Amino acid sequence: MLVTLSILLENKPGALMRVTGLLSQRGYNIESLTVARTLDPTLSRMTIVVDVETRLRPHLLKQMNRLINCLQANDLTEGPNVVRELVLLRVRAAQENRTAILKEAEIFGARVVDSSVEGFALEATGDGEKLDEFVAVMATYGEIEVTRSGAVAVSLEPKKLRLSPPVPKAQGEPAGTVK
Amino acid sequence: MSNLMNGARILLECLVRENVDCIFGYPGGVTLPLYDVLYDHPIRHVLVRHEENAAFAASGYAHATGKAGVCCATSGPGATNLTTGLVDAMMDSIPVVALTGQVTSKLIGTDAFQEADTFGITRSCTKHNFLVKDINELAQTIHEAFYIATTGRPGPVLVDITKDVLQGQAHYTPVHEIHLPGYKLVTEGHAGQIRRAAQMMWEARRPYVYAGGGIIAAGASGELQDLVETLDAPTVCTLMGLGGLPSSHPNFVSMPGMHGSYAANMGMYECDLLIALGVRFDDRVTGRLAAFAPHAKVIHVDIDPAEIGKNRAVDLPIVGDVKKVLTKLNRHLKEFAPTMQEERAADRAEWWQTVRNWKEEHPLQPVFSATEIKPQHLMYEIDRISGGKAIVASDVGQHQMWAAQFIRFDEPRLWVNSGGLGSMGYGLPSAMGAQMACPDKTVFAIVGDGGFQMALPELATLVNYGLNVKVIIMNNGYLGMVRQWQELFYNNRKSAVELSAFPNIEHLGAAYGIKSRIVHTPAELQAGLKEAMEENGPYLMDVRVSQYENVYPMVPAGGAINEMVLAPPQPVAVPK
Repeated sequence: MLVTLSILLENKPGALMRVTGLLSQRGYNIESLTVARTLDPTLSRMTIVVDVETRLRPHLLKQMNRLINCLQANDLTEGPNVVRELVLLRVRAAQENRTAILKEAEIFGARVVDSSVEGFALEATGDGEKLDEFVAVMATYGEIEVTRSGAVAVSLEPKKLRLSPPVPKAQGEPAGTVK
Repeated sequence: MSNLMNGARILLECLVRENVDCIFGYPGGVTLPLYDVLYDHPIRHVLVRHEENAAFAASGYAHATGKAGVCCATSGPGATNLTTGLVDAMMDSIPVVALTGQVTSKLIGTDAFQEADTFGITRSCTKHNFLVKDINELAQTIHEAFYIATTGRPGPVLVDITKDVLQGQAHYTPVHEIHLPGYKLVTEGHAGQIRRAAQMMWEARRPYVYAGGGIIAAGASGELQDLVETLDAPTVCTLMGLGGLPSSHPNFVSMPGMHGSYAANMGMYECDLLIALGVRFDDRVTGRLAAFAPHAKVIHVDIDPAEIGKNRAVDLPIVGDVKKVLTKLNRHLKEFAPTMQEERAADRAEWWQTVRNWKEEHPLQPVFSATEIKPQHLMYEIDRISGGKAIVASDVGQHQMWAAQFIRFDEPRLWVNSGGLGSMGYGLPSAMGAQMACPDKTVFAIVGDGGFQMALPELATLVNYGLNVKVIIMNNGYLGMVRQWQELFYNNRKSAVELSAFPNIEHLGAAYGIKSRIVHTPAELQAGLKEAMEENGPYLMDVRVSQYENVYPMVPAGGAINEMVLAPPQPVAVPK
């Protein structure tokens, strides 16, 4: 099943590789992956949508949490959350379709980011299904070119709401010291 | 206070602060600055003859001491040769720190001479790895590497260091703090869970302790002994856990699993409470999971949360350091001990009677013959000499299983072997590492004729450093374990398992200057071993054992552990 994981990790070379490596070594295919710096520039937030056997989900999450660079991995698949994606779409439009395209774009809440004699470049955000529809509709007007960002997600559970990046206190032992 | 020094010297300063006394390695182009500093440094460098063996030796050192073993290799082929040893340490949770040279920062990614993506290649071979391109990060990284390798669930950590870092100059400031925000260590164990565990243990009528490598890693032998004595529970130690409870302890049953004893496996099957301590429910132990401990509730103590419930659903998980958890658990158990011991006395007597009956029905007993040396006989003789005190490093295969079955270990850290990965060629180099760590102990390397030939170049290392390792080759002329499976599951079609053209060991020994002997008959065996023990230095012994002996009992892969094959199906094999 498709699982949405939200991962907070150190913003370091190789950190991304560890996360993706964990998935690829099990033969899982990543559907989408986004990653960007958090408020704390030493940390990155990653959202991954990946196809995982249902019974292996908890184990996968534990393995993610075991990565030294990973501060926290959460499974957002269930429970209240918001998942959004961005699509950039260029459509080549014949003169007579231009108004219709703009109307349609408005219905989907898309914005025009470029307009030329060739056609439009549009920007839309939403959940994946809505964007699928948007793309399908636009394809009826002419040739299209599509780039999608992949999902970014945030949990709406109260306990997971943290305004600054959560840094879990080491349970048990304090940070190590060198003799 | 700080002073200017080059990266190589900073590296060694850090190693000294980590109490490293010995490095197993092989030099090369980009590690030249390091070797220049090592030239007159008190840290001892052991020049192995192949980098893979450096990693195995470091693992042997770590097995014997619990300290991190350190190995070192150059960039490219040096680093790639380490990988098997790193995966091996990963599978068996052995603390190893690997230092590799990397080409100069500016050359990375240009296909420079001896360049390999060590950082990428070893990502999945290590608990963690680092690439150091900035000399100012070197000291911090080295200490972090040791910290990660030796804490929590131990494992291998690799630090890839570019040549410009090794030869660059920087002010060295000793590091006092580790900063690893993502490294979550849970060591104490949940107090409520521990209390509940104690309760479950007293409630159980047929408790059974399943102790693994975690006991050794945590140094929890004493606590384990305390627990099993309080509970009076039968106890099995896995392949990695042998020595966790002394083999001569009355509560010790034996090793469970594919080649475990009948009693050990039947106990697993019949118990009503399985107390799993520092184990990972490996498929070689459990057999078919559905038929593993089917009547039992399971308490699982492990420091790695990812192990909990991985293979077997757990009724009571406790994440924590098994030593700390057992210390608290023992306290709780003892609160009720006098009354509960009395209350459970009848149950225990019955349970022990059952276990003893299993032991008597199908005991693990060495096989002897007047005309040929049975492999079990060989292990029996080694056991007699060892008396539970010698370090035994084993290779992988039939001899490993017989050694595990018949050699007693009365202390932890005596049994050195490659359990999880099953890397042939491990026995000899790991024995070297153990011998370097414990020069006063008797060290046996028990190897097959296959694995021995994989580690052959290290004979030179034995001679170089006068390492007092008794290399006992259990020579049956076959890759015995593979042949056993071909016999049993592939219509006895022996494909590519015959090892003809084994070198004459006496000539080979003479060529290296190692005292050596071929032993053909049971009558010579004791004398041969006596001679080996009297030799103050390495000794090679080629023991010609009966060729077609197979390891039993055996739980066929995917079989249920209570359905062991106890003896060879007849006929065993058709000699040519």
